[in-house]
Amino acid sequence: MAATQQTVDAVRDVEKYKYGWETNIDSDMAPKGLSEDIVRFISAKKEEPEWMLEWRLKAYRLWLTQQDQEPDWAKLDYPKIDYQDSYYYAAPNLGDGPKSLDEVDPKLLETYDKLGIPLREQEMLAGVAVDAVFDSVSVATTYKKKLNELGVIFCSMSEAIKEHPELVKKYLGSVVPYSDNFFATLNCAVFTDGSFVYVPKGLRCPMELSTYFRINEKNTGQFERTLIIADEGSYVSYLEGCTAPQRDENQLHAAVVELVVLDDAEIKYSTVQNWYPGDEDGKGGIYNFVTKRAACRGKNSKVMWTQVETGSAITWKYPSCILQGDNSSGEFYSVAITNNRQQADTGTKMIHLGKNTRSKIIAKGISAGRSNSTYRGLVRIQPKAEGARNFTQCDSLLIGNQCGAHTVPYIESRNPTAQTEHEATTSKISDEQMFYCQQRGMNPEEAISLIVNGFCKEVLQTLPMEFAVEAQKLVGISLEGSVG
Amino acid sequence: MSLIEIKDLHVSVDGKEILKGIDLNMDGGEVHAIMGPNGTGKSTLSYVLAGRDGYEITQGSVLFNGKNLLEMEADERARAGVFLAFQYPMEIPGVATSTFLKTALNAKRREQGLEEIDAMEFLNLIKSKTKELEIPYEMIKRPLNVGFSGGEKKRAEVLQMSLLEPRFAVLDETDSGLDIDALKVVSDGVNNLRSPDRTFLVITHYQRLLSYIVPDHVHVLVGGRIVKSGDKTLAELLEAEGYARFEESEAA
Ligand SMILES: Nc1ncnc2c1ncn2[C@@H]1O[C@H](COP(=O)(O)OP(=O)(O)OP(=O)(O)O)[C@@H](O)[C@H]1O
Ligand SMILES: [Mg+2]
Repeated sequence: MAATQQTVDAVRDVEKYKYGWETNIDSDMAPKGLSEDIVRFISAKKEEPEWMLEWRLKAYRLWLTQQDQEPDWAKLDYPKIDYQDSYYYAAPNLGDGPKSLDEVDPKLLETYDKLGIPLREQEMLAGVAVDAVFDSVSVATTYKKKLNELGVIFCSMSEAIKEHPELVKKYLGSVVPYSDNFFATLNCAVFTDGSFVYVPKGLRCPMELSTYFRINEKNTGQFERTLIIADEGSYVSYLEGCTAPQRDENQLHAAVVELVVLDDAEIKYSTVQNWYPGDEDGKGGIYNFVTKRAACRGKNSKVMWTQVETGSAITWKYPSCILQGDNSSGEFYSVAITNNRQQADTGTKMIHLGKNTRSKIIAKGISAGRSNSTYRGLVRIQPKAEGARNFTQCDSLLIGNQCGAHTVPYIESRNPTAQTEHEATTSKISDEQMFYCQQRGMNPEEAISLIVNGFCKEVLQTLPMEFAVEAQKLVGISLEGSVG
Repeated sequence: MSLIEIKDLHVSVDGKEILKGIDLNMDGGEVHAIMGPNGTGKSTLSYVLAGRDGYEITQGSVLFNGKNLLEMEADERARAGVFLAFQYPMEIPGVATSTFLKTALNAKRREQGLEEIDAMEFLNLIKSKTKELEIPYEMIKRPLNVGFSGGEKKRAEVLQMSLLEPRFAVLDETDSGLDIDALKVVSDGVNNLRSPDRTFLVITHYQRLLSYIVPDHVHVLVGGRIVKSGDKTLAELLEAEGYARFEESEAA
């Protein structure tokens, strides 16, 4: 049995006893389906102010009118989603998890070990009850205290709505408006939680902000809403997700991430996504429809998106940059690995509005098994973007001959002084390369992992150090079973 | 018992017989040289010994240390101590030479039940090996073989060999592409590895290499068969006269 499959099975088993609420329905769970009442229920549960409810309802009403307009332009093939057959609210059930790692499926722990995840983090990931993990609680607390002293706000979105309404009102929906697209509109109506970050003027945030430390706000995965604001001259690096397999029994995920970057500020946003991809036939995997967008509002502002996508059955995701401020720059580094029946349609949009704006796109797609991967990118240079530059490189690597890789670049330049460059390659791991590595003693899986990591190097090296090491291992693990 | 025993080995590629009955025994500590015209099956023999796919063994056997070598996967053979210095080494883009070397070394260590090599220890090891082979240290930070010159690739092969310390090493035209000085350095590298429990099979077209790496036995491979074996003077004879007389006897 392939290790990926083992993980998946392990994850399922763990889930079975982790979530007690299927047999134990109480008022912390809304009934199936989506309606205005459900939207009101969510807002009330979260004790939201009136303006927030109004915003949700506005989105919901718009979504209702578009129900039959789910985007279908992506190269993705999945059965029609029944939005009335889903749950939209379930409060996190913290007390019911395993009490210690001894109660967690050893197969899951084995995967964590392979990834080199420290024990404490394993406990968090496996959902060990928080009160049993004294260490991690204190780590998280010290961490939050330090951030507070610096003036950084890092909290859950629900908390921000209550504690920092002026910031939320000003920026929420300012990058991805509620009317942006089908999935974003849905997210506005029913989002449950997510992260909120504000970095004050002139501060270079000395720590990586990581979702690991939001342990009190877990199980927010289904309709996540994240907003990060980097005020003038500030810098922050944010890490989303983790390399460990993510469990979730909700098939439909539609997250929205908004980044606001003011004058001379910089945000580095790194994601590792390893959600359940479904079984070998693609059954049961997560559908991940994400809208991620950064607005480089100020002069010299800078955004860097890095993503390593290995999970999900369906991935629909195009982290984008609106380069509004003069001299602002956007970079997008992506590794998308698909195996078995996975499908990914992912890429980026770089919209050049300001003078001398720069963008760089490095996208690496690896397809194995019977999977399909599409890079879809748009570079648009508006008339006022004097001297804008773009460099795009898309490389696809195929493993075996039943998978597919597609590259769909759109370049629209409306300013004659702009320069764009595009390079694309498609290659296969050759038998000769495999033999060469094996002749040096590496087994086929090690050889593939090494070659693929080499292929992705430019992207992986943009990740923060520790994350990069984990991501390298993940690359190998997600391709296990793709040879021989 | 010899370390390597090749018996009546017949090998076909795409239905065409390339090796037509090779018999060769090699003992620990020996250096054997194979010479022969282009296209007679020298590289084919080296690939078959290393376990590359795509070769049909229609007859014969190969024992390595008493075990049936032909039954083992390429990576198993490598970890058991079979090393091939390739005639045309492969490029591995994006993989630093040092990373590649470390992965290979750790694969072998794992087989021996050893821990992964400590970072410091590896650094020191690699420093001394590169110095010995006069390889600029900077080179091992570059992706393996990518953009390496012909001679640099050959040196990198010998570097890998000296790091992995195989029991049986096949060198397929390791001298081609090397300049005169490099030939000397690489030969010294090989000679330093000579030991009673290590065997070399050196494939070459030129007697010059064999004046540095002095072989115990020289074999002439023509038309998929060893048509003559002798001592090092056979190489000198070939250098002077070419293969004409063997090709005639082969045709006869
Ligand atoms: N995959 C293949 N398909 C068809 N013929 C092959 C294949 N591989 C090798 N051959 C043939 O087998 C013969 C032996 O090739 P091999 O590479 O072993 O020769 P060699 O003795 O190493 O030659 P050289 O001195 O030029 O390196 C050649 O005629 C070659 O064309
Ligand atoms: Mg050859």
